[in-house]
Order: sequence, then structure tokens, then C-alpha cells
Amino acid sequence: MLRSRWWLTSAALALLGCGGPFPQSTLAPRSDFARATDVLFRDIFWWAAAVFVVVELLLIIALVRFRHREGRAAPRPAHGHTILEIAWTLAPAVILVFVAVPTVRTIFTTAGEDIPPNALKVEVVGHQWWWEYKYPDLGIATANEMHVPVGKPVQVAITSADVIHSFWAPVLGGKRDAIPGHVNYIAFSADSVGDYSGQCAEFCGASHGNMRLRVLVDRDSAFQAWVDEQKGGPAAPPKASLAEQGKAVFSRSACIGCHTIQGVSPGIIGPNLTHVGSRITVAAGLFPNDSAHLASWIADAPSLKPGVLMTRMKPPLTDADIAALVAYLGSLK
Amino acid sequence: MTHAAVAHHTSMGLDSRKMAFWTFIGSECLLFGTLISTYLIYKGKSVVGPYPHEILNIPFTSVSTFDLLLSSLVMVLALAAVQRGDMKWAKIWLLSTALLGLVFLGGQVIEFTEFVHKGLTLQTNLFGCTFFVLTGTHGAHVAVGVLWLLTLWVRAVQGKLGPANAMTVEITGLYWHFVDVVWIVIFTVVYLIQ
Amino acid sequence: MSRASAPAALAAPAAVGLKAWLTTTDHKRIGLLYFWTAFGFFLIGGIEALMIRAQLAQPNGHLVSAETYNQLFTMHGTTMVFLALMPLSAAFFNYIIPLQIGARDVAFPRLNAFSYWVFLLGGLFLNASWLTGPLFHAGMLNVAPDGGWFGYANLTERQFSPGPNIDFWLLGLQILGIASLAAGFNFIVTILNLRAPGMKMMRLPTFTWMTLVTQFLIITAFPVITVALVFLMFDRFFGTHFYVHEAGATPLLWQHLFWLFGHPEVYILILPAMGIVSEVLPTFSRKPLFGYPVVVYSGILIGFMGWGVWSHHMFAVGLGPIADSVFAATTMLIAVPTGVKIFNWIATLWGGDIHGTTALHFAVGFIAMFIIGGLSGVTHASPPADLQQTDTYYVVAHIHYVLFGGTIMGLFAGMYYWWPKMTGRLLSEPLGKLHFWLQFVGMNLAFFPMHFIGLLGMPRRIYTYGPELGVSDLNLVSTVGAFLIGLSILVFVFNMWRTSRHGQRASNDPWRGATLEWSIPSPPPVYNFSVIPTVTGRLPRWHTERHPAIQDPPAVPPAPIHVPGGSWWPMVAALGLPIMALSALTHTLWIVFVGVAVLLFGIYRWAFEPFEV
Repeated sequence: MLRSRWWLTSAALALLGCGGPFPQSTLAPRSDFARATDVLFRDIFWWAAAVFVVVELLLIIALVRFRHREGRAAPRPAHGHTILEIAWTLAPAVILVFVAVPTVRTIFTTAGEDIPPNALKVEVVGHQWWWEYKYPDLGIATANEMHVPVGKPVQVAITSADVIHSFWAPVLGGKRDAIPGHVNYIAFSADSVGDYSGQCAEFCGASHGNMRLRVLVDRDSAFQAWVDEQKGGPAAPPKASLAEQGKAVFSRSACIGCHTIQGVSPGIIGPNLTHVGSRITVAAGLFPNDSAHLASWIADAPSLKPGVLMTRMKPPLTDADIAALVAYLGSLK
Repeated sequence: MTHAAVAHHTSMGLDSRKMAFWTFIGSECLLFGTLISTYLIYKGKSVVGPYPHEILNIPFTSVSTFDLLLSSLVMVLALAAVQRGDMKWAKIWLLSTALLGLVFLGGQVIEFTEFVHKGLTLQTNLFGCTFFVLTGTHGAHVAVGVLWLLTLWVRAVQGKLGPANAMTVEITGLYWHFVDVVWIVIFTVVYLIQ
Repeated sequence: MSRASAPAALAAPAAVGLKAWLTTTDHKRIGLLYFWTAFGFFLIGGIEALMIRAQLAQPNGHLVSAETYNQLFTMHGTTMVFLALMPLSAAFFNYIIPLQIGARDVAFPRLNAFSYWVFLLGGLFLNASWLTGPLFHAGMLNVAPDGGWFGYANLTERQFSPGPNIDFWLLGLQILGIASLAAGFNFIVTILNLRAPGMKMMRLPTFTWMTLVTQFLIITAFPVITVALVFLMFDRFFGTHFYVHEAGATPLLWQHLFWLFGHPEVYILILPAMGIVSEVLPTFSRKPLFGYPVVVYSGILIGFMGWGVWSHHMFAVGLGPIADSVFAATTMLIAVPTGVKIFNWIATLWGGDIHGTTALHFAVGFIAMFIIGGLSGVTHASPPADLQQTDTYYVVAHIHYVLFGGTIMGLFAGMYYWWPKMTGRLLSEPLGKLHFWLQFVGMNLAFFPMHFIGLLGMPRRIYTYGPELGVSDLNLVSTVGAFLIGLSILVFVFNMWRTSRHGQRASNDPWRGATLEWSIPSPPPVYNFSVIPTVTGRLPRWHTERHPAIQDPPAVPPAPIHVPGGSWWPMVAALGLPIMALSALTHTLWIVFVGVAVLLFGIYRWAFEPFEV
């Protein structure tokens, strides 16, 4: 019965949304956490839909049946009816019990603080307007794109370095806020390999709408390969290549003040770029990670992402410098 | 303050101005309640000192508290004097209440100056900001009360205050007693229970 | 200050001209002032909404910049809540309450005028931010508040919001708070103390009852947000650390204080409209409100219970499973008295003789839309489900169903119902029906898709979105709906204008109403009742099985009725407040002393002027 209702709502959705895909849909869960909240929502939704139909129908019937007609006798004044009052006070209360019990149960099972000892821990730090990820047990630091293994328990510990943000990858579950001075947890186990997008869901300033994220759920082997790659230092650019020139440009520019490239620069204000070449997107999920977008971003980030701290360089970088930088960053797989 | 001497008929039998004042006091309870709650929430959470036990001077503040309590007593006497038409004593008691209020405020000034010298300002830590905003708000209420009392005293000196305005004085008294009660709570929560 | 007895035909008040309006202390005139001012702000808030929808009609829209967009949604929310919905309700509190309880005016007429002027000045102060960019070395449209109507710390701290935007916001709201508080004290005393003989509490019209509950909510909730704003002001101006976690504080304190105010605030917004619906339905069903005591008690219960649910706005902040469960329970519980009202309204219609006036259309529209908004609210009450819904367009759908489909429809019901009483003319019914249907269709087109947009993963408060989300078409539909709403409002404006020119003149009682306001001329003479009536039941003007209908007061008063004159001092005192705020805004200390001096001067002259109620 649950499945047929699931299909019904999805069909209604498809009709209204004129097809898919819907990469951030909350109604296509792909983790245990997401499924638990989805089941709860659908339960409550169907109760709400039933109440909606009954009550609106009563309203419409009243309007139609008792609309004014010439010659109609004066209505009997009905001041109240105790039994009716009790009935329509108790009935909603009873329905709410059916909502409350599974709610409380799910609150406790999805609180996110109790996890099995082998769970993968990821620390998320929200910044204006990008996401920092650290894997404390693996010694990895990266940004904006989080990799996790499929089918294994993961616990995300969320906080913020500046204002309140909210970490949300809808397909993998609900959101929890990133609050400076606090840590919130989301525990989940993803059930299919895939690339899941999300974004910040707590208004955090000028580029709140541009603070996107991705969670990449990998097969075990792929995840392990990614971990090994991240643990290693940055790829050394080939001698006399454009990428090597780019490294030189990087090392003498303001870039080093904000970004970390292991062994090259220690900056912590912006995302870690040690393996930026292996990312799918740049600028916190805004653009594909290709030469053209990277070049525009380096040339004038604030024009693409209002308010961003990565201002244009003074004096501005030449086109040649930018091309070299792009080659260098692209080589950092 | 110069409304008709004869109170209009009211549905609840209570003078409208008095009723309005009680609703105002109800609202003020929420105001001070929020300030006191914030003090309590942040109690013990300051990251740096000075801390309350290093700074608060209970004996000194007890004298201040006594002064305020005394002023409430004197206010009662002032109202009684106005109600029986004894304007000579009404003026004395009204002025005394105002002066006792000024003494309290003076005590706050001395106390706060001392705290600043010992390193506690609004900006120093959570104790500083919650303490000064709470007691500062209370002090502002006392100052308004002193102004109000002095105004009544001037009216009395001008011969414009009498038993016909007893309601006005009663409401002034209500305000003054309320401000006093708030101080009792603050003194207990901030000074006595550390 | 006595007035000679007024002839029956004298519908217009004696005093005319600008001075009469600036110094008025007559609740009817103040009510009209509130109405026109609030309606103006409603139009401004509506334009802000249309700009938001125009920007979101397409993905990657670039009609407005991100910064402008953030100002637009902040000002839309702040304007609609504080400058439109609350004051529109206040317009009816002012005009109608004394008429419904059989009084000549409110308890404190000059305090009433003070409330209005403070509201006007606060609203102007807030909106001045749109135009005063250049005064702060910024462009135009650059310094309006941009932290959301909810102004979450620590984004609103000076470190993250360095400009004057948030200062405009927190100063403006503090000014407006004073207006609401003063009116709260005034109406509580008015309703409790100025009732006509025989008007026991359980004989009060439902609108008056809901207003009373609302005023108690105002006087208890506004001090909380005042303190929260004072803390923010001190953080921004004096370097305190109320919301700074490095000092051991937490930005969550702001959220707790804001929502402790904020949740009662939404009941402040809805209860008056519920009161209006509870008047309109019986009148046009020709039968009494079903279950009057239950409707009253449920309103009182909602007032109390509304204090226990605030953290349901914070289900994503990590309160912990126990707190989450408690607030889930209290939130679900509050649905019960709310639902009870809906059933009582339907039972009022049931068995009635329903006359489909425009007012009734809007009242029924309220019920239909509030059912939807209330049910989506129940889905929010479950924290785990809410983790997917909160901060998305699903919530935007919920709030607009309850506040637009609810409050605004209820207010329009009140407008069509009480327009004849307040202006002496009847709004056009055909135009009214057109207005209703355009608005009804428009609002559903605008807000129903938002349920899906949110469930498909679009957060709120974002200035644009990518096409890959798949919500572009739904957003376009929503925008079309929003503009349809705009069109419906234009129809209403046309209706108002046309009525003022050619509208049918109204008798005392065009609707055969049961309550006292229909016993006197439309509009009423300045003294309202030539003779204060004595009531014997809840439906004084209807003949019921329990009591006969009362006689309407005579057209001519038997003796001269004293009516207080006007006063300048409420407005003068009110002026002191924005001057004080200006001092903070410009970081110039001496200006605050000027403001205090003006305030005190106004108060002293007010206190000592001869003014007999």
C-alpha cells in the first residue's frame, strides 16, 4: 500500500513538474536517513490529504446546499451542539496521535549522534560561501565535493566558521544547521552510487544562493582510490610546462594568502586546492571545472559570486598568467 | 494628569488609568523577565574575567537596596498625605522619595565606576554585557521615576496637586513599587545567588 | 468643549482640513488613517513581491542583483508583517471596536493618536532606507535592510553586515514596537472597561474577543523582541557580545528570543482575521455563530498555547531529540483548537440562508485557504519531516496560505463588510466578486506550486537558481499567479475609487447585522451613539428566542454630548522617537538628546493640557 501511494505522489509530481530529473528532490530518497523522513512525511501527507478532502467537501456542500433561495424559511438558529464539539475536538486529536508517535520514534532514530564505531566521520565547516570538509581519521582536507562510500555508515559533524549556514543534500536526507560554536550531526548510509547535489539552506548573506555542494557516493574501490589520491601530495607539474609556469604565478600571487596547496602555500581562508583538478565543479558547485570557467573565476570572482572574498588581483593578472594558473590547477588531480 | 476629577463609570469598576498601568506593568514583567533570563542563561559562560564573585560588593549594594526599599515606604506615606489633603507632608514625602531614588542612582554610578576600574565594562565579557544592560535598564526606569516624582513635587509646590489627583499619585506609587520589586529580584538573582 | 446635538442627516464630522486630521483623537479618523497608511505600505510590499517573482520567473535571472534581492525579500517580509497586516487589523480595531462595545471612543484617545503617528514615522523610517544610500556613501537601493525579516544573528552583527542596513531595521522595528504596545494597553482597557451596560464578556462580538486576545499577545510578546533588538543594537554599536560565540555566547539566543516573540506574532496576525470571519459568516448565513463559547475559548487557548511552540521554527538547529519531541507535541496540540474553529464556521454556514456577498466570498476563501495552510503546518510539526521542508519554498507556501489566504482574505472580508459603515458607501459587488476570483485564482497559482518547488529542493531566500533543479516551469507559474494577485488589487483600488465617486449610499444597516455597529448611521456621528444602548444578549440587533432586538439609538441625542477636541502633542511626542533613532543611525550622539527633549516636551504638554474624555 505504501508503494502505491509513493507512485501516486510521484506521478502527481511528474505531472506538475513536467518531468524530471529533479537532482535535489526530497521525494527520491537514496539513504536510510532520507527514507526514514520520507516515510514519515508521506504518512502525514496522506492524513493531511484525507482531512483536506473531507473538510473542503463539507465547506463546499454547505455553500451549495444552503445558498439563498427565494422563499426559503428563516434558518433555525443553532447555537451549538456539545456532542459535535467534543467529536470534532477529539477526532483531530486522535489523528495527531497517529502523527506524533512515528514522529517521536523517528526523531530519536535520526538524531545522528549515536553511530557504529566503524562509521566514516566527516567534519563540515560552513564558510561564506563554500564548504570545508575534513576527514579526521583519514587525514584528508578538501572542499565543496564530499566523497563517501556506498552502503557504509557516515557521520557528518557540521559547524561554521562565520555565520549560520545549513548543510543540505536533499536526496540523502534532511538538513541541519551549521552554527558557529556548535556542532550538529547527520548520520546516514547512502544506498546507491551517484552524484548528489545540494546547497546551503540558511540565509547567510550576499551569495547564499551560490553556496552549493555535492556529495559523491562511490563504490568501495572508487572511494578508496579517491582517499589514496587525496592523501598524497599535489601532483608535480611537468618541467617547462604551462602548468609549471602556473605554479610560479601562484606562488608569487596573493593566492597563497588564502588557499592551501600542500607543500606550496598554507592559506586557510579559501578552499583547499591541493587536488582541485579532480573536482567536477568550482566556486562551490557553481560552474563546471573547465578552463573557461576557471579562467573567468580567477579573473573576476566577485562578478560571478557577489560579495565573495576572492577579489580581483591588484594589479590584475594578465591573460597569460591566468592561462598558466588554469593549467596548473587543472594538473592538481 | 489633569483628567476629570470624577471618574467615569467603568465596566470593571476600576479606574481606566489604573487598569492601563497594570497592563503596562504586565508588559514590563516580560521585558525584565527576558533580561533576567538572558543573564541566567549566560551565567558562568564568560570566557574571560572579571567574574561576579571578584567584583560584586554585597555590603555596598545591600545599602543601595535598603535605600530603595525605604523610598517605597516614603512613597506610601506621600500617597497617604495626598489622599488626606495634607499637602505639606505630601511635598516632603514626594521630594524625599525622589531624593532617595537619586541616592540609589548615585550608588549605581559609584558601583559601576568601581567595576570599570577593576576591568569590567560592557565589552569585557558576557557578565559585563548582561549585567550592565540589565541593571542599566533598571536604572533608566528609576531615573524616569525620579523625573516623574520631581514633576509631581513641582506641581504640589505650585498648588496644582491635591486629593483630586490622588489617582495620579497612586499610579506613580505603583510604578515606583514595581521598579523596587524588580530591583529585589535583580539583587537576589545577580548578587545573592552566585 | 460641548457640542450641540447633531441633526440626524449630519454624517460628516464637524472639523475639516489638515489640522483636524493631524490633531484628531477620534478613533474613527485614526482608524481611517491607519487604513490608508497601511494600504499604502501593502502596495509597496506587493511591488517588492512582484519584483521577487519577476527575478525568479526564470533560472539564472538577472533582473536584480543578489544584494538588491536580499533587500527585497527582507523588506517584503518586514513591510507585510509590521506595516501592512498588523496596521490593517489596527484600522478595524480602531474604527469598529468602540462601535461594537457601545462606547464613544477608546479609553485613551490621545494615546491612540500617538500609536498611529509612531507607526507612520516608523514605517517611513524603515522605507527611507531604500532612498538614502547616497547619504551613506553607497548607491541607491543599497542600504535597505538585507538580513531577512527574521534578522538572524550572527549574520546581522557588524562584522558580517557592516553597513547601515541592519541599523535601519532594528531601529525601525523598535519604533514600531512602541506603537503596538501603546495600542495594546489602550485596547485592553477599552474592551474591559468601556463596554455598554449589559455587554458581559460572553456577549462581546467575536471580533472584539479575538482583538482582546491579540492585544494581550502584543503586550507580552513585543517586550521580548524589544530586548532581542536592544541586544543586537548593543552588539552593533557598543561592542557587546550577546550573540558572539567567541565570547561564550551563542547566536541561538537570538533565535530563541525572536521566535518567542515570533510565534505569538503569527497569532497576532491571524486572530483578528479569524474574528472578522466569525462576524461575517453569521451575518450572511442569517444564523448565529455556531458554538460561540467554543470559538471564544479556543481563541484564548490558542493565545496561551502559542507561547509553547516557538522552537518549531528551529527544528534544524540541533536542539536535541527531547526538545524536538516536546515542541513537536505542543505544535500538533495547537492544531486542535484551530481545527475546532474551522468546524464551527462550517457549522455556522450549515443550515443557513447564505447570501453570497463579496464579504462572504472572502470569508469563505479564508476558510478554504486556511485549511490548506493549517494542514501544511501540521506536516511541519514533525521534526524529521521538517528537516526536508524547513528553509525551502514549502514553508513559503505554508506562510502565504495562512497569511495571504488567511489574514489578507479575512481583512478584505472586513473591508467589504465594514466599508459602508466607515465611508457611508457600499463597494461595488460585481467588482468585488471580480477582485475575489482574480485574487483566489492568483494566490493559488502563486503559492500552490511552491509546495512542490520546496519538496524538489529549492531553498528559500536565494536570488536565483539553476535550470538543472527542474523547478523553472513551476516558478514561472508562480510568477504568473503573483501578477494575477497584483491585477486583483488593481481591481480593488478601482473599486475604492469608483465607490468614492458613484458608490451607492449605505443605510445604517445594509447587511441586517446583529451587532451594535449596525445600529447607528453610516458613517457614525462623531459621538457614535446618541444614547448608549443597554444590551441583553450576544446578538443585540437580532430578534432571537432568548431576547427581542434592541431599539436602535434615536437619530438625535436627547442632550448635548461632550466630545473631546484634538491635540498636537501625541504627534509631537511621536516625532521624538525617529529623531532618537537618527542619532544611532548617523553615529551622532547629540541628536539623541534632541530626540529625548522633543519626546519629553510632547509628553509634558500632553500630560498637562486640559483634555476631558
